[in-house]
Amino acid sequence: MTNSRLTYREAVREALREALARDKRVFLMGEDVNRYGGAYACSLGLPAEFGDERVRDAPLSESAFVGAGIGAALGGMRPIVEIMTINFSLLALDQIVNSAATLRHMSGGQFSVPIVIRMATGAGRQLAAQHSHSLEGWYGHIPGIRVLAPATVADARRMLWPALEDPDPVIIMEHATLYNDEDELPADGDMSVDITKAATRRQGSDVTVIAHSACVKKALNAAEMLVGEGIDCEVIDLRILRPLDDETIIASVRKTHRAVVVDEAWRSGSLAAEISSRITEQAFYDLDAPVERVCGAEVPIPYPKHLEQAALPQPQSIAAAVRKAMRR
Amino acid sequence: MSDLDRLSLHVPEPAVRPGGEPDFSNVKIPKAGSVPRPEVDVAPEEIRDLAYSIIRVLNRDGEAVGPWAGLLSDDELLAGLRHMMTLRAFDARMLMAQRQGKTSFYMQHLGEEAVSCAFRKALNKGDMNFPTYRQAGLLIADGYPMVEMMNQIFSNESDPLRGRQLPIMYSSKEHGFFTISGNLATQYVQAVGWAMASAIKRDTKIAAAWIGDGSTAESDFHSALVFASTYKAPVILNIVNNQWAISTFQGIARGGSGTFAARGLGFGIPALRVDGNDYLAVYAVAKWAAERARRNLGPTLIEYVTYRVGAHSTSDDPSAYRPKTESEAWPLGDPVLRLKKHLILRGAWSEERHAQAEAEILDEVIQAQKQAEGHGTLHAGGKPSVRDIFEGVYAEMPPHIRRQRQKAGY
Ligand SMILES: Cc1ncc(C[n+]2csc(CCOP(=O)(O)OP(=O)(O)O)c2C)c(N)n1
Ligand SMILES: [Mg+2]
Repeated sequence: MTNSRLTYREAVREALREALARDKRVFLMGEDVNRYGGAYACSLGLPAEFGDERVRDAPLSESAFVGAGIGAALGGMRPIVEIMTINFSLLALDQIVNSAATLRHMSGGQFSVPIVIRMATGAGRQLAAQHSHSLEGWYGHIPGIRVLAPATVADARRMLWPALEDPDPVIIMEHATLYNDEDELPADGDMSVDITKAATRRQGSDVTVIAHSACVKKALNAAEMLVGEGIDCEVIDLRILRPLDDETIIASVRKTHRAVVVDEAWRSGSLAAEISSRITEQAFYDLDAPVERVCGAEVPIPYPKHLEQAALPQPQSIAAAVRKAMRR
Repeated sequence: MSDLDRLSLHVPEPAVRPGGEPDFSNVKIPKAGSVPRPEVDVAPEEIRDLAYSIIRVLNRDGEAVGPWAGLLSDDELLAGLRHMMTLRAFDARMLMAQRQGKTSFYMQHLGEEAVSCAFRKALNKGDMNFPTYRQAGLLIADGYPMVEMMNQIFSNESDPLRGRQLPIMYSSKEHGFFTISGNLATQYVQAVGWAMASAIKRDTKIAAAWIGDGSTAESDFHSALVFASTYKAPVILNIVNNQWAISTFQGIARGGSGTFAARGLGFGIPALRVDGNDYLAVYAVAKWAAERARRNLGPTLIEYVTYRVGAHSTSDDPSAYRPKTESEAWPLGDPVLRLKKHLILRGAWSEERHAQAEAEILDEVIQAQKQAEGHGTLHAGGKPSVRDIFEGVYAEMPPHIRRQRQKAGY
């Protein structure tokens, strides 16, 4: 079996290509996804292969193309709707939260919404207050949808197809700083992946660091920094933000007895708060120290790099929280 | 039923794609001076035609003709020309600065300078624009210092917004320029609300809403028309149709309505289409709409027909989605050259004076840039402090933000 080297962006593109080729009901719709290839160039080249109808520029209205996507899913298609960035998804929130997430339940199971909504999330590209949110925790709050956050090239390549096979709405959060990441993947063979499980990205015995999306790399960097201090971190990549995989998290905390939760989002009411709460609910007596959180500063994200980075979790601040959990 | 074909989906396509011959034969251009000028209190249903025509003043020969002509003096026109030339020179320098890494991002106005520069002159002090990122002419034509704009573009220690906004998303209450929203269309309905407040307070000020062709697809655009129509708000509803929304041609947002101006008709809002590359026509139509608003006659919708000559932004390469020579084929010409020609014809300008003005303006822009760079650029020199990011989230800093600031070491 041969390996091929590809970027996260190319992985998303390969996944889209596979989906369009495998299932005639699949189409991609969003702003500038056709000739332009989408805000992050994920669909570049696909119109030539699959036609303008299946890789379709939509009128510039997030509520309308998400709503129309929901309608198409109800009508038997398997739409993939791309939203340029997560903050623009706020214009489609009513469609996602009040419709996509509730229709199966409210209709007594008569209607289901097998839509996949992809969006770029997160800060780190100097796009300032309105284009840098990490609101995936908000979506993680909503019953009726599944929320995936591929942090690796492999997950970016493999998560789309199972998401399309899911009979319920799935949201895929692609962190905007990951698109240029590269990795080796088997060029063919089994692409299947379990979209219910978190992944342990680094085994360790002293403290569990829990992160998702772009913060996984930062947590791994912090773990490497701490090796020299004799601290052995276990790093968990949540991968699935809803429903959360408690089992993997709790098993790790039972082993290490300490936990640090990293989340780029604002601290108050964050996903980090939820995870910290679950740990105290389910593993309180296993803990040797209070759970630590490393989150984004609670300010609108600023523009210049030095200010933006100051507002986000960094390997240094993660390492500091780990030391605190270790009472060092 | 069996004699009907099966359904198929209609997906609009631009007339030409890269590699093809540019073709604007679908843009019907009426003769300059041919569209009548109604009284400002005309009943909207009597001027429905104006939503499908194009009001033009400057003809091919550079003469100002017809009922919309004759409003501006030589001096006013010379000032207008200078504003457009300044905006163009400013854009060119800032694009260069972006390539040098002095800022990360820039958006230019090339080909659209007349729209915002001429419009500003139809407003009074105290009126409020709710602009998009492509109306910096509103600031230039109102005398907002270029140095301030550059300080923000370079995100330096003198950035008036302290690094809290994208480079070109200016904000100046004093110059009637509301903070630009990166999220499209939100400002459109806010402008209507601002205008309603002016009416509620029995003030005399009016508002101007701005939006691009593509963004008219957003719900906020349609909601704004509902409110403007229901409350007859003193607002001018501007649509800048520059033919493109990044890579998406205007037909995708326009659909079957024929023109963007026609969107106003269903709301009973007078709707006019104007040659956006004709400084005199833009001014005349804006003045007409402003007078309606000031006389409490309600909103006016204006579609400016123009063309985005440059890329959408510094992150875009248009050759992927439109023919390279499309801008040369654009039938409404270049706004700077057209006004220049008119002024020469009037005897108020000459080639020599134009060349001299170009040199002077470039010098002004370079001087401003030197001054701004003295305060730093994105990659060197003075910067806003990390302390600043914690300020201004609330009028008063709550304890949790103070703690986070202290933890960050500031
Ligand atoms: C709500 C929202 N959706 C998408 C975008 C991304 N975006 C920025 S500019 C743009 C195109 C806008 O085109 P148009 O309205 O025609 O204005 P123009 O750039 O041509 O002046 C898009 C899609 C955005 N900023 N906000
Ligand atoms: Mg446009």
